[in-house]
Amino acid sequence: MTKTSLHAVLPWLVLALLAALVLLLPLPVAAAAPRARRFRIEASQFAYSPAVLRVNPGDQVTIELAPQDVVHGLSIDSYPVDLQADPGQVASLTFTADRPGVFKLRCSVTCGNMHPFMTGKLQVGPPTLLWRSLGLALVALAAALLPRFK
Amino acid sequence: MKGVAEFDLAMRSADARRGWRARRFDLAALPWLRPFIESRWPLFVTRSLALAGLVFTILAGLLGPRVGSHNFAIILVWIAWWTALKLVFIPLGGRSWCSVCPLPMPGEWLQQGNLLGGLQKPHGLGLRWPKKLRGAWLQSGAFLLIGLFSAVTLTDGRVTAWVLLALILASVGLSLVFERRAFCRYVCPIGGFTGPYARFAPVEVRVKSSSVCAAHSEKTCYQACPWGQYPLAMRDSAQCGLCMECLRACPSDNIALSLRPFGSDLGAAHQPRGLDEAFLALVMLGSALAFSAVFTGPWGWLKSAAYQVGSLPWLGYSAGFLALNLLLLPGLFAAAAWLHRRLSGSPAQLGKIFAQQAQALYPLGLFTWMAFTVSFAFPKFYLVAEMLADPLGLGWELPGLAALDFGWLQQVGPGLQAAILLAGLAISLRLARQLAQASVTNRSPVLAALPVSLFCVVYTGWVLWMLVG
Ligand code: SF4
Ligand SMILES: [Cu+2]
Repeated sequence: MTKTSLHAVLPWLVLALLAALVLLLPLPVAAAAPRARRFRIEASQFAYSPAVLRVNPGDQVTIELAPQDVVHGLSIDSYPVDLQADPGQVASLTFTADRPGVFKLRCSVTCGNMHPFMTGKLQVGPPTLLWRSLGLALVALAAALLPRFK
Repeated sequence: MKGVAEFDLAMRSADARRGWRARRFDLAALPWLRPFIESRWPLFVTRSLALAGLVFTILAGLLGPRVGSHNFAIILVWIAWWTALKLVFIPLGGRSWCSVCPLPMPGEWLQQGNLLGGLQKPHGLGLRWPKKLRGAWLQSGAFLLIGLFSAVTLTDGRVTAWVLLALILASVGLSLVFERRAFCRYVCPIGGFTGPYARFAPVEVRVKSSSVCAAHSEKTCYQACPWGQYPLAMRDSAQCGLCMECLRACPSDNIALSLRPFGSDLGAAHQPRGLDEAFLALVMLGSALAFSAVFTGPWGWLKSAAYQVGSLPWLGYSAGFLALNLLLLPGLFAAAAWLHRRLSGSPAQLGKIFAQQAQALYPLGLFTWMAFTVSFAFPKFYLVAEMLADPLGLGWELPGLAALDFGWLQQVGPGLQAAILLAGLAISLRLARQLAQASVTNRSPVLAALPVSLFCVVYTGWVLWMLVG
């Protein structure tokens, strides 16, 4: 391999390596001991309160759904959770947060026009997908700015 | 094997005919495809079916249940059609939707006085579109209006139906007063959305040899084009509706319908563009942010504010939406353009640089809308299946449809959204770099590319945080 072509290829190799690291490197997060958590979620058209639940992987999560105005539901993407309750009542359920990631909470009973967009989120552990994507965005920036060899 | 040989041959002959435009593959040169492109029937039949579907959709929107997730019009328009538009029609076919769009059909029939004859002796006043209203300003405005009323439009079947009706009426009115497809070119918000992004798509209609055109004084293709395009002078595909009237009108078989590399109409060779198009590109970025926040974010107050049209919270939402689109994004991008000017040492005026550099926003914008679509529509696909299983709401269960399981879509969703966004960012960054390279003379293109690149990275980070964070 001649000197110039090595020069031309090397930065790209480094960037590819960086991208692979950003994608695959395990994040240095201290594993917290699993514990039990309880959330009382008040639901009203078209919001959950609280709308964002943060837990650690392995936590025992109990959700109490308390609709305030009309009947609402609550399901969580990728988790076997589906609650429904009338206003004034409380439905509850406990599950283990064994899948890390960020998942949408969605209302599962038609509660009005904006019902399909009544959402919240459950964050299990750190938002790794977001961090890795941001890292990749920076790698892409570096790649675009790299000097070009002709 | 035969297919490959055929491809090869068409590729080579196309290249030989137009050495100045390599990497094109002329679909109209394929003997088995040619009749379908030349005949008006395939598009006519498709559009007529689409028109029937449109009429049915409007009726269903007006008469069906008020609640969006049970209304045929809502599910067909905002989940099925809108998804297909952003994930298939535009990225693969540019303005291909416009070639089958039923909205301007009634107006066009009245204007042309016939159903299948093309543009011969136009009826109506046939005025030229006013100079002042040219460009993408009206479409930007239409797009902003849609953003202000998005929550109601997307969830109320009646509003959707009225919007569709209004679009038809406007197109009929305009086609009787003005020549050709004035509505589609200057007013239609769907066109405002598809047009700019069509520059990225891998399809184009162009002349094969410019010398053949130069020798042809009648310019029958220009006479025939409903969009008012002259194929020889077309610098990009933003205003080409792929209706193929030029191909039918050309006596010398000098029009090609070509596959081409993605992003062919973008880059340093395609300057300059106007401020109107730059502004539209920014409005589409801003709207994608706003739609993501309202429809897929966890902020309930924002949803209510966007939904309660006329209320105080809605006024607040509107103010925020307009500030984002009219002040924040244009301001940030103007700052990037100003920095670019400083760093590149370019003598051009700031406005010109603003317009040129805005080209880099198209791939990012298109891919952001695609990622938003995955987040917005994929979790609702079961509604489409339910609707297809029981289209008239009679309690049917057509076999195989209602039971489809879409759970896996939720699991691939976030990763897919991130991947799409990053792909768009990568393409935009490459473009920004290319544009910088072209505008510097003796300075570093790396520094000159930095401002617009950073703008793109920050925007991408913002959308990532909203969609997958
Ligand atoms: S511009 Fe609008 S109305 Fe015209 S064909 Fe395209 S989508 Fe249809
Ligand atoms: Cu609800």
